[in-house]
Formats: sequence, C-alpha cells, structure tokens
Amino acid sequence: MRIGRFFRRRAEDTELEQEIEAHIAQETDDNVARGMAREEARRAALIKFGSTGNVREDVWEWNTFAFLDDTVRDLRVAMRTLSKSPAFTAIAVLVMALGIGGNTALFTVVRSVLLKPLPFKDPERLAMLYEQSADGKHPYNVVAGGIFQQWQKQSRSFEQMALLGGTGYNLSGANGVLPEKVEGGKCTWNLFATLGVGPSYGRMFTAEDDSPNANPTVILTWSLWRRRFGGDAAIIGKEILLDGENYAVIGVLPPWFSYPDPETQVWTPMRHETRPAVMESLNNHQFRVVARLRESQTLVQGLTDADTIEKRIRSEHPGLAQTIGRGANIRPLLDEFVGEYKTPLYVLLAATGCFLLIACLNVANLLVARSAARRREFAIRSALGGSRWRLLREQVVESVALSSVGGTLGTAFAWFSVRWLVRMRHDIPRVEAIHIDVPVLLFAAGIALLSGIAAGLVPVLGASGTRILQTLQESSRSYSGVPSRATLRKVLLAGEVGFTVVLLIAAGLLLKSYERLRSSDLGCGTENILTLRVDLPKPKYLEQQRAVFFQQIIAGVRRLPGVQKAGMVSVLPGHGYWSDDSFTIPEHPPLPPGQVLLAIKRFAEPGYFAAMQIPLLRGRTLNEREKLDQATSVVISDLFAKRFFSDEDPIGKHLRVNLTDHEISYEIVGVVGDTRFLISRPVEPVMYFPLYSGMFGRATIVVRSPRDPNGLALPVQKLVAQMDPDLPVSDVLTMEELIGGSTINASFTASVVLAFAVLSMLLAAVGLYGVLSYLATQRKNEIGVRVALGADRGDIMRLMLIDGLRPAGVGLVAGLGVGALAASLIRSMLYGVPPLDSGVFLGVTLLLTLVAGAACLFPAWHASQMDPMEALRQE
Amino acid sequence: MGRNENLRKQEMVQGTLDMLILRTLLGGPAHGHTIASAIERTSDDVLQVEQGSLYPALHRLEDRGWLASYWGASENNRKAKFYKLTAAGRKRLTAERNRWGQMVEAIGRVMREAAE
Repeated sequence: MRIGRFFRRRAEDTELEQEIEAHIAQETDDNVARGMAREEARRAALIKFGSTGNVREDVWEWNTFAFLDDTVRDLRVAMRTLSKSPAFTAIAVLVMALGIGGNTALFTVVRSVLLKPLPFKDPERLAMLYEQSADGKHPYNVVAGGIFQQWQKQSRSFEQMALLGGTGYNLSGANGVLPEKVEGGKCTWNLFATLGVGPSYGRMFTAEDDSPNANPTVILTWSLWRRRFGGDAAIIGKEILLDGENYAVIGVLPPWFSYPDPETQVWTPMRHETRPAVMESLNNHQFRVVARLRESQTLVQGLTDADTIEKRIRSEHPGLAQTIGRGANIRPLLDEFVGEYKTPLYVLLAATGCFLLIACLNVANLLVARSAARRREFAIRSALGGSRWRLLREQVVESVALSSVGGTLGTAFAWFSVRWLVRMRHDIPRVEAIHIDVPVLLFAAGIALLSGIAAGLVPVLGASGTRILQTLQESSRSYSGVPSRATLRKVLLAGEVGFTVVLLIAAGLLLKSYERLRSSDLGCGTENILTLRVDLPKPKYLEQQRAVFFQQIIAGVRRLPGVQKAGMVSVLPGHGYWSDDSFTIPEHPPLPPGQVLLAIKRFAEPGYFAAMQIPLLRGRTLNEREKLDQATSVVISDLFAKRFFSDEDPIGKHLRVNLTDHEISYEIVGVVGDTRFLISRPVEPVMYFPLYSGMFGRATIVVRSPRDPNGLALPVQKLVAQMDPDLPVSDVLTMEELIGGSTINASFTASVVLAFAVLSMLLAAVGLYGVLSYLATQRKNEIGVRVALGADRGDIMRLMLIDGLRPAGVGLVAGLGVGALAASLIRSMLYGVPPLDSGVFLGVTLLLTLVAGAACLFPAWHASQMDPMEALRQE
Repeated sequence: MGRNENLRKQEMVQGTLDMLILRTLLGGPAHGHTIASAIERTSDDVLQVEQGSLYPALHRLEDRGWLASYWGASENNRKAKFYKLTAAGRKRLTAERNRWGQMVEAIGRVMREAAE
C-alpha cells in the first residue's frame, strides 16, 4: 500500500465522484438511445449503479490505514481535551519538560565524557600503568623512571609504552608579545606513536631527539600554534625561546588533541628535559606511563606482567624496599581521564532519572484524577460498544501528546543547561567534546515516548471495564468514592514520596559533606589573600639570582599601598602535594636499613607564616640572613614534631636532607601550625626550608590586604614586569578561589541533586494535596451524613488527615530503606559524613512529614468545615 | 435491464472480475462504463458487472500498477476516466488466464468423474 494515497484520499474521492457521475451520464445516454425519456433514463441508470456512497466508502477505506487514521483522530481528541484544561496541561508539560530535559542534559554529558571512546587509535587497548606505593597507601602511584625502563625492556604484553610528565615553561615574548607561562608535557619520543597520533604539520619526536645531548626540540599543540604563532606553517624548523633556551619547533599536533588536559600546550622530549639520574632512579616516583596492550592481551595479563617485573626489582634491591613500589597497577586510559567524575556524573544521572520517574507518576496521578472524572463518559461509551482498547489508546495518546510537547521543551532546556555546564565546569575532562547530537536527540525522543506511554497506561491499569452498569448507576445514587481509583492514586503517591525521600537523602548527604569540605580548616588564613605565581627560568636565574630576585620582589610588594602583609612560598596549602623528600635525624639512632622518613617539602620566605596566618607554636621562623650557603635552618609543622620527635623538644635538633646533590644538615628553629596540602585530605607533616637558599625557582607570592585583595594583582604584576619584562605571572587567584576550584565538583553535584530533590518534594506535595482534595469531594456525602448524625469536626479532620498521610508514611519508610542503599553507593563522594548519617535521615524524615502534613491539612480542614445540609442536598 | 429480465442473473465467480477487466482492456483503453458493457456484451449478458464492485476493483488494480488511468473524452464527448493496461498488467493477465484454465480443467475433471 502506498503511503501517499493516505494523504491524497480526499482528492481521490472527488475524482471518484466525477468518474461515477460520468458513468451514470453515459448509462443515461445509452438508455435514452434505447428510447427512454431522459428523466426515466437517468433514474434507471442510478438504479442500475446502486449506492454511489457504498462505492466511495469502499475506495475510501481501501485508501486508509485504520491505525494511522484512528491515531490522528485520537490526537485530535487529545488536543481538544487538553486545551479544555490549560492549567492541568501546562503543569503536566512543565513537569515532563523538566524531567526529560534534566535527563537529556545529563545523558549528553555522560555520553560525551564517560561513554565515547577516546579519539585515539584503538583506544580500548590503551592503559595507564602505575606503581603501588611501598606503604600501600597509594594504589595508583606515579612511576619512577627506572621502573619504567625495566617494564619497557622486560614486559611481553605491551606493544609499546611511553613515559610522560608535567612541566612548565616561560615562553618568551617577541615582537611586543607578552611573555607567558605555558603548561607543557615532557614525554619519551614514542608517546604519540603509542597513542596513535600523527602531526598536522612537521613531524613527531624521534629517538634521536629524546636524549640529553640532542638539539632542543618542541612540538606545539594546535591551539597554542594558532593563538601565539598565527597558525603559520612556516614555524616548523624555526626556534622559539622556552625558559630562555632555543627550541626548534618540529611539529604541530592535530586540533582535537588535548591530552592529558587542555592546559598542556607544548611537548618536549623526556630525556632531554630530565636528568639521567632521575630517569634511572627506581624510587623517584614522578612520571605517568601510558601503554598500548598487544592485540591479544588483556588488562589483567598486562598487569600481571608489569607486577612480576616490579616485584622482582624490589627483591633485587632490599635496601630500597621502603621506597620501591610494592607492585604494579593498571587501569584503562579513559578511567584515568574521568575517574573522579564517574560517580558524580552517574549520581546526577540517577537523580534526574529519579525525578523523571516522579514526574511520570505525577502526570499519571493527574490523569487518574481526570479519568475518574470522566468515568461516566467512558462507561457510556463502553455501553455503546466502544472497545476497551479504543478507550485505552485515547488515554495513552493523550499522555504521549503531553510528553512529546514536554520532551520538545525539555530538549531546549537540555541544550541551555549543557551550554551552561560547559561554560561553568572547565574542570571536567573532555568538556570540549560535550554537545547534543543525533543519538542524544533520539534518547530524548525515546524517553519522552516511554514516559508518555507509562504515564498513560498506569491510570488504565486501575480501571476495570466490566462494571459499566455500576458506574452508570453511580450518578443516580451517589456513593462514597471510587475505591479502586483512590487506591491506585495512593500507591502512585507512595511511590512519589519514596523517590523524593531518596533524592532528599542523597542531596542532604552531599550537601553536608560539601559543607564539611568547605569548613574543614586549611590551617591558614583564607580571607582577603591574593596569590600570584612566578617561575624563574634556569639559565638566567641560578641560585644567586633567584635569592636576589625573591628578596627584591617581596620588599617591593610590601611597599605597595594596601598591602598588609606579604610573603612567598613554593607551594600553597590546598594546592596539592607536589613533592616530598626523605631525611634523617642525626640526633636519633640510625634507622634500620631500608627504612626512610618522608615529609612534604616546602620552601618559604621568612614573612610567609605571618602573611598566611600560620601560627608559630615554638621557636622562631626563618630570617632574612638565612640565604644561599647560610640557609641552614628549617621550620617544621606541628604534626612533624609530634610524629618524629614525640615528646622531645625538636628545637635545636637537625634534619639531614639531600635537596640538590649533596646532603646538608638543617637546624630546626621553629614549629608552626599544621596546614593541609588538599582540603579534602588529612594533614601530613611538612618541613619548610628557606626560599632564599635559591634551590627552588618557583614561588607563589601571597598578599594579605584589609579589604578585597583583587585590586593588588595589577600593581604586583607591574612590579614583576619592572624587574624582568620576560617573566610571566600566572595563577592569579584569591585563596577562596583556589579552594573553590578544588571543591567545585562537590558543590556542583550537591546543588544539582538538591535542586531536583526540592522539585520532587514540591511535586509530591502537590500530588498529596490533589489526592486528598479529590477524596474529600468524593466523600462529601458520607461526611455530610456523619456530621448530620453528630460527628465531631475534629474527628472528620483526623479521618481525612490519616487518609492522606498513610501513603506518605508508606513512601517515607520505603524511601528511607532505598535511601540507605543509595547512600552506601555514593560513599566515595562523601567527606566527613557517614553514609547513614542520622542527622540527614532524621532531617529528611522531619521535613517530609512537615511538608506532607501541610499539603494534607488544607483539604482535611476544608472537609471538616463542610455544611452537612449543602452536602446532602447536592444530589 | 430490458430483455434480460427473465434470465437468471449470473453472479460473478469469486475473484474473476479483475481478470475480466484486464482481458477487456487488452483491446485498448476504455472507461468504466465501456468496460462493464463490454463484459456484459461479450458474455451475452450472462455476466452482470456490479457497478458497486467495478470501481473499487479498478481502483485496486490501478494501485497495484496493473492499470494506468487518464482523463479523456468519451465517444459522446463526455469527460471520462480512461483505463489502460500496463506491462505489469499484461503479465498479470497471462498469469490469471493460466490459473483460470487450470481451475476450469480441474473442476471439469471433478464434474466428469461425478457424472460417471
């Protein structure tokens, strides 16, 4: 059958009419020819032809797909019914739009971030290799160069593997362009081959580039090349200045390449940038390893292979047992990218899914209410021979129409929220790949259709078509309510309340842990503090020049108006672990062989502790004279003192540390308060060496001001430019921004889940209110009789309240149970809050009881205030 | 209906109308009225074409691609819809004719057997 005919059937009918008319005219002519009078002839022709209507109907039906025809009619009926109750329609559409939109947005993100394969060749064979730290605390620890070399040499499971590490360069300005700090990656020459990436211009590294004595080479990312070098292919072969050294540009990466993150803008060869000793070291853990499995090999085989090698190395070097990793570890490359975002994103998807379910239940509930009101109409239609299937389809078509409009609105909503999310959350890996595409649109259409069908079917489930007579009789002898309908609505409500409770619990737990996270004490001041980072490049700044620069710049900053206190440190609290070092205490008995003491290492300028409000607990802080060779003092943190000196006085004791190439003994001069290296991690011992030793070329200037410190950024930057116009300033952040950046994931998840939980609660409340009002109307007569017979109005109110609160109670209990389960699933996202936090569970119970009570109170009160005469006279 | 009045009207054998239409159109394009009268005339008025089934049948045959139609002028200069056989229609006619022949033979055999 041709579809086209269905739409042309009206035209065809007209044509057929003409054809029949022509036939009759012909027959009339024939009859006239046979000698009949014209009028008689036409009558005879018409009789002979029979019913023209029948013929036309036959052809019309032949041209029709019954299903399509009926659906179109149902749709028309649905539109008419829906437009008759605009408030109901608007609410239902809005609820559906929110549910479908939220799900579509989250699905878009999950698909782009978690489900889409990485843009590399055969990405499923790419994996990251790790060491398990010797103390077992870090199962996915970074890798030492020596271990990597052994893996590369001895393993059989991998096609190839590459070593990479983070670095940064000062890209010098030329032709009036400002110098800038660029994040870089250093990698063994085969990294790009391992990933399966070729250059857009020029070439990739070769083994010759990847050696200490090679000519310096660099590969640019597409974005840096476009931004900084105007996208000129002639850059290949030219030299650029990185940290004051000439590097030949040999290649440009493709536009889509943003690995391991979008910030990494230049790549240099690993062995050229790294001291050979580090490359050979078995216990200097600082690199990442990406490996490509052989075609036939699995992750587990790869792991076993690397693990065996590492364990063998460890047993061959008993002296290093405390520092060589205890084994290897592996995970897919994608997991490395998105690991910490996996759970939060799935939690958000689950939350929006939960909300969509609630939305469906709500719409179903509204439809039940409406179909209850139209019960007599349905009964009459059944009695007249309307098939049950027909009535059912009408309902489903109606709710699908609702969900389709909702879905369309929802997709628009999803589009905006995805755009907003991409703008807000630069921290999400692969965020640049997030966009709404055809599969996402199909997903949206799919869930819209599914929700529509589900919401439309539920009301029908409770309707029994067999009791037509009973229903018809209801009108003459009104009787109390329609039990099956009310039961169905109560069940739906209990479901709604249950899901709401689950959402509320999740939101409560996440919010509480975010609160804990934000209020957890970093150990230093966070208000009105501005931080700016400077990196002093090597050939130009050696130890002497660094010390001079640091002293001069901080003196200059302190003279700026509006600066209350200023100081400098290598790494700020809350900014990460960065580095540690091993040390010995000469005053203590020597350690058993193979055992080492480790602590976080920082370089501080004397004024740092005061500027950051880190309290001095004992002794003194560093001073200005402790410079270069005279820099032999060290300040330790409280936990350091407690852990390594327990009840002794650490002041005057010494730490022997090898910070550069020889061991120096540092005298402990003071103990300061503890700080956290990350806000979400426990305190670790810290040792502060003098920044003026000049051993470290990176420093963050901290400036404290009595008011908003942002205005100080420009004067400080100008000061730096006066001292060295080639020196860029980076990471200009207030302390609050710095902490905010590390908690954005937690705050985002918590607020989105909370938003959906609140919406769900609103829907549940509206549902409760609606059901109870409906019940009250249904029972009007009964209540009227009760009141007339002397029932107490308080009793009536209690009766109605219990009726409404019972489904809420059932939902609450079920929701608490499921919520406990859900809480244990999100355990990894909680900070300082147990999954079964009694406060959260109690709070949710209380809140929901209050809201449910409030929603039920009005209809119940209304019922109790009914005038019995009016109620009884109604029929 | 004139002179056929006392003849018993022959009901069209089930499913043969299509074949008869196709056969009639073998002689050239014709409109509905001509087709009906041609069938009746050729069968010496034994076969009566029900007008009520003629037009749905024409419509069906056209839809299956066995007939094509166009509007033209009839012999007494009236506007009429003409039908003509398509190549597919010709093929179909052959198939129908064979089927019909087999059936007549089969029925004949059964009837002869029964007569003996």
